[in-house]
Amino acid sequence: MAPAVERNTGMSYERTQTSRVVDNGFKWLTWLFGVGIGVTLLAIALQVAIDAWPAIQKFGIFDFITVARWNPVEDIYGAWTQIYGTLITSFIALLIAVPIGVGVAIILSEDFLPERLRQPLVFMVELLAAIPSVVYGLWGMFVLAPLLQGPMTWLHQNFGWIPLFSTPPTGRGIYIASLVLAIMILPIISSISRDSLASVNPALRQAAYGLGATRWETLIQVIIPTAISGIIGGVMLALGRAMGETMAVTMLIGNSPRPSPSLFAQGSTISALLANQFAEASGLQVAALMYAALILFVLTLIVNVLAEYIVKKVEIKKL
Amino acid sequence: MTTNLQTSTKTNTDVVFRTENVNIYYGDFKAVRDVNIEVPRHAITAFIGPSGCGKSTVLRCFNRLNDLIKSFHLDGKILYHGQDLYASDIDAVEVRRQIGMVFQQPNPFPKTIYDNIAFGPRLLGYKGDMDELVENSLRGAAMWDDVKDKLKALGTDLSGGQQQRLCIARAIAVQPEVLLMDEPCAALDPISTLKIEDLMQELKEKYTLVIVTHNMQQASRASDFTAFFNVQANEKGQRTGYIEEHDRTEVIFQSPKQKATQEYVSGRFG
Repeated sequence: MAPAVERNTGMSYERTQTSRVVDNGFKWLTWLFGVGIGVTLLAIALQVAIDAWPAIQKFGIFDFITVARWNPVEDIYGAWTQIYGTLITSFIALLIAVPIGVGVAIILSEDFLPERLRQPLVFMVELLAAIPSVVYGLWGMFVLAPLLQGPMTWLHQNFGWIPLFSTPPTGRGIYIASLVLAIMILPIISSISRDSLASVNPALRQAAYGLGATRWETLIQVIIPTAISGIIGGVMLALGRAMGETMAVTMLIGNSPRPSPSLFAQGSTISALLANQFAEASGLQVAALMYAALILFVLTLIVNVLAEYIVKKVEIKKL
Repeated sequence: MTTNLQTSTKTNTDVVFRTENVNIYYGDFKAVRDVNIEVPRHAITAFIGPSGCGKSTVLRCFNRLNDLIKSFHLDGKILYHGQDLYASDIDAVEVRRQIGMVFQQPNPFPKTIYDNIAFGPRLLGYKGDMDELVENSLRGAAMWDDVKDKLKALGTDLSGGQQQRLCIARAIAVQPEVLLMDEPCAALDPISTLKIEDLMQELKEKYTLVIVTHNMQQASRASDFTAFFNVQANEKGQRTGYIEEHDRTEVIFQSPKQKATQEYVSGRFG
């Protein structure tokens, strides 16, 4: 619009052509980025599915998932050992890391500790995420496993009648991979939970204190329920990370193709399987590995959808 | 200790709070000095004064909410029916259970209207009919008819004025003796403000109210007693609040004894 009244202010009331172009340019650029992410994801999924197709045709869905055999010599594949290994290691890791991670988040978001101690601790927890996973693998192998050998052997000797502890522990196995995974995902859970706890409006805290709530009552009945969607989001992100983690798990889990109910037994996960076999695979084996990768992809997708669903559900509960 | 606090509330003294030479500090900084004031029962006492004069600070001493600030400490005595609230054997949580508070920003919990009201009684282990208590509390805050059909709606979805009345209902659900209100209408529009003021007149039949307000009309319309806080800067530029004058509201607004009060209530500063 041309100015209705001619004013001599030394300022232009009309937008310049450049400003319009830049504005539009930004719009299209963000569009491009947004669409780009979606396209990349779909392209990867599609490529994996295409490469897996021969194996999908040969073994079907149900057989591939439920049968535990991985035999490159006879070209017969079923990924139950790896799927089970992926699920159980991630589950145990969550079981350990969620209470500790949320606990750490609470300690670091409340004023339990003096500021001088709290800041370095926050930093250290987040630094845990920066350690390369190969270092975690080595540490698990050479430090944690020898350390736990004694207690775990005791557990096996005294509680061996429980299927979970039915085999003698070696330096590698499901339990040690799970423990190291727990440590690896701890910083994700604790830093996201801490952020969402710290972002709860302080007015709510005052309201609860004003009604005569103690610190714990306030925390459990007001602060945590208010922050719960963020906490669950963090847990789900951590679960995704645990299921996909490759290096440390490959080093620690033992890569056994046979499933066992015992936590001390050696096992395998999908990502460990891929890491171990991909380089030397050919023919149908590649397709089978791709198929396993596709399943991991779907598992992570399910976790994310589930997370979204849980967050919605929890939020509706507040209504 | 606990028993003292509880039994002493039952004695019907006409003075609810009496402060004796209270000085309030944040670290080394003296925020408020020489507070000597009496808060009478079943009346509305208003704290007015310019920003930074310590009105809210003093108010928050009455339910020990300042305890949450680490650098806070005070000397002198704040007596609640003769009991020193800051004595070492007094539990701050128990103090807050008897002295309710309404804040400047409405702060309902992100829970249902019902659960907002029931929060306090549940904490205190209330075993009676919760539905009835919720209804009575909402009636007490003059909002039962507005929300009786949507008790399961989120308290945070109400309008600002209704949220504030919900917070009042939540505070009176535990049947405190005193209601402290820290600028309860500062975030509200004029119509909601008038509703809250009307409500305050009803509330004073059952409770003792202490209200901090920036709004002088509000103090003159709604309160029975008014304390005018003023502020004085020392040579280092630190501003310390003190009570310039404390009297019946009509005296403060019509014939104050201090010149500063006169100037403040006539709008010449602050």
